[in-house]
Amino acid sequence: MSIFLNENSKVIVQGMTGSEGRKHTQRMLASGTSIVGGVNPKKAGQKVDFEGAAVPVFGSVAEAMKETGADVSVIFVPPAGARNAVIEAVDAQIGLAVVITEGIPVHDSTYFWAHAQGGSTRIIGPNCPGLISPGRSNAGIIPANITQQGKIGLVSKSGTLTYQMMYELRDIGFSTAVGIGGDPVIGTTHIDCLQAFQDDPETEAIVMIGEIGGDAEERAADFIKANVTKPVVGYVAGFTAPEGKTMGHAGAIVSGSAGTAQAKKEALEAAGVRVGKTPSETARLMREIVGA
Amino acid sequence: MDLFEYQARDLLASHGVPVLPGGVAETPQQAEAIAREIAAPVVVKAQVKTGGRGKAGGVKLADDAESAREHAQNILGLDIKGHITHRVMVAQASDIAEEYYFSYLLDRANRTFLAMASVEGGMEIEEIAVSKPEALARIPVDATVGVDTQKAAEIVDAAGFPAEVRDQVIAIAVQLWDVFSKEDATLVEVNPLAKAPDGTVLALDAKVTLDDNARFRHPGHEQLEDTASADPLEAAAKEKDLNYVKLEGEVGIIGNGAGLVMSTLDVVAYAGEEFGGVKPANFLDIGGGASAEVMANGLHIILSDPAVKSVFVNVFGGITACDAVANGIVHALQLLGDEATKPLVVRLDGNNVEEGRRILAEANHPLVTLVDTMDGAARRAAELAAA
Repeated sequence: MSIFLNENSKVIVQGMTGSEGRKHTQRMLASGTSIVGGVNPKKAGQKVDFEGAAVPVFGSVAEAMKETGADVSVIFVPPAGARNAVIEAVDAQIGLAVVITEGIPVHDSTYFWAHAQGGSTRIIGPNCPGLISPGRSNAGIIPANITQQGKIGLVSKSGTLTYQMMYELRDIGFSTAVGIGGDPVIGTTHIDCLQAFQDDPETEAIVMIGEIGGDAEERAADFIKANVTKPVVGYVAGFTAPEGKTMGHAGAIVSGSAGTAQAKKEALEAAGVRVGKTPSETARLMREIVGA
Repeated sequence: MDLFEYQARDLLASHGVPVLPGGVAETPQQAEAIAREIAAPVVVKAQVKTGGRGKAGGVKLADDAESAREHAQNILGLDIKGHITHRVMVAQASDIAEEYYFSYLLDRANRTFLAMASVEGGMEIEEIAVSKPEALARIPVDATVGVDTQKAAEIVDAAGFPAEVRDQVIAIAVQLWDVFSKEDATLVEVNPLAKAPDGTVLALDAKVTLDDNARFRHPGHEQLEDTASADPLEAAAKEKDLNYVKLEGEVGIIGNGAGLVMSTLDVVAYAGEEFGGVKPANFLDIGGGASAEVMANGLHIILSDPAVKSVFVNVFGGITACDAVANGIVHALQLLGDEATKPLVVRLDGNNVEEGRRILAEANHPLVTLVDTMDGAARRAAELAAA
């Protein structure tokens, strides 16, 4: 098992014909993902060739789903069009919409999040690397060849820290690694992933990576205390970040005394999570837990 | 981006929110001219993006234009909590009968917008929230619905605004929503929202934060940027589209990905404890691509920081594999030539790491040290910065 994404997932790409979309569709195909179509109303009916695989382009998400049975959409649409792209996916009732696009105005993400409430679509992102269930499927831009299938579940706000951790623990491997994104408003949270990993029989232990800004880690700590029986190790980035400065991710900002790395670390430790001082130490803590 | 008070005031006024007459001055003479035009007692207020202006002597009442000039003379150049005052706002002074509070903001935790309102204005909202939480109405606003007259009435009534100002505050609440939604703000806060003795309600002071990600649909927002107080290195980095934040330290940092770079700063700070408290000098994320040109631009910015004693290049080769990153570093050093004068510690890991390390070893640049682990490389960079 894995969470949110498996070998049966049928993936479409919104924005497949753009340069980023094309590049990463090629990479997803190469890592074994079942890509069944792209969406672009201006290029509907065409096919895009990816080193031998001809992927059809549909006029809408609804049409692509009807024709292919797609249940996952990966969205590369640039910021100006991203809101409507997500709304289209939600209205078509696709199961999972993975929003890779960086730089979406927060009024737009708050809007599509509100629009998705009560619907049947899980949103991951925006401003995220997507998710991978190694050896099964890869929806997004996570490099597939740095790790393998295994028993650790990973949830992270940061892309490159996700890769770093996947690589450090590549001999043990991962059930699923989810990059939830570093924007102030995101669809799937640490808590959603913790719950899913807790319920996934293949996942034996969980790595949770957080960073400064907001209080998602503190709330995840409360959730772990009450609901997670599997071992969790944690890492938090941004202890040296100054107050009031955005550190790369739009959501990574300490405002006054709120959102500090220290507060997040303390909350996680109070919930019984072992928190590493560096990514490598965090990987070592995980090794101790799984005995590898 | 946080706006200055005068910018926030202009933005509010452009959406119809009632404010007092006034203007912004960079010299005492300009302040005097504005005061003369208003022809009434004025307040001269330091324009700095921090609180506590009044206590620091940055807000003064002037009865006439001459004393407005004198106050401006004293306030311009004033250091308020590390912020130098470059401008003052001169606004008509108002007698205040009552002070209220009103704001819209992004509520990250609940992934919605929030209206907050109170008839106990004037104090910092954090104080109201602690000392009189029952006096602060907090009403979620659905992003897909927004604030119309009916929603505004719900907020205003929840806060218990008195009947004689209710209609005025409802109208202002709708106008402030206009500012918040149409300008892509993440915060619009009016404190105080004041009732003058004649019963008119006015926005006397405002804080506005605009979403930088929405810049593409607000070309005018660029002019609101405070280039005068910007750190020169940050300004230079911005011109090159680099994600750079200047910090107070000695180890220059380049990495790919915001999370990895934040983590690199932390690891360097820990390692620096061993070497007399050496600290990271900056945050610089060159993104997933890590091309030679971007690497060269990044190194150029970092090497032009006189505080930097050593540089730590920390790259995880994912989408761009390590061999491409290594070639990027080698080419960047060629592009920089004699400008590269400080020791570089490079840590590469990830895809094609062997090939990447081989390329760097073969180039054998005298300034470059390769260290295999992030923790070890941080330690070496800190050690070099302390030497």
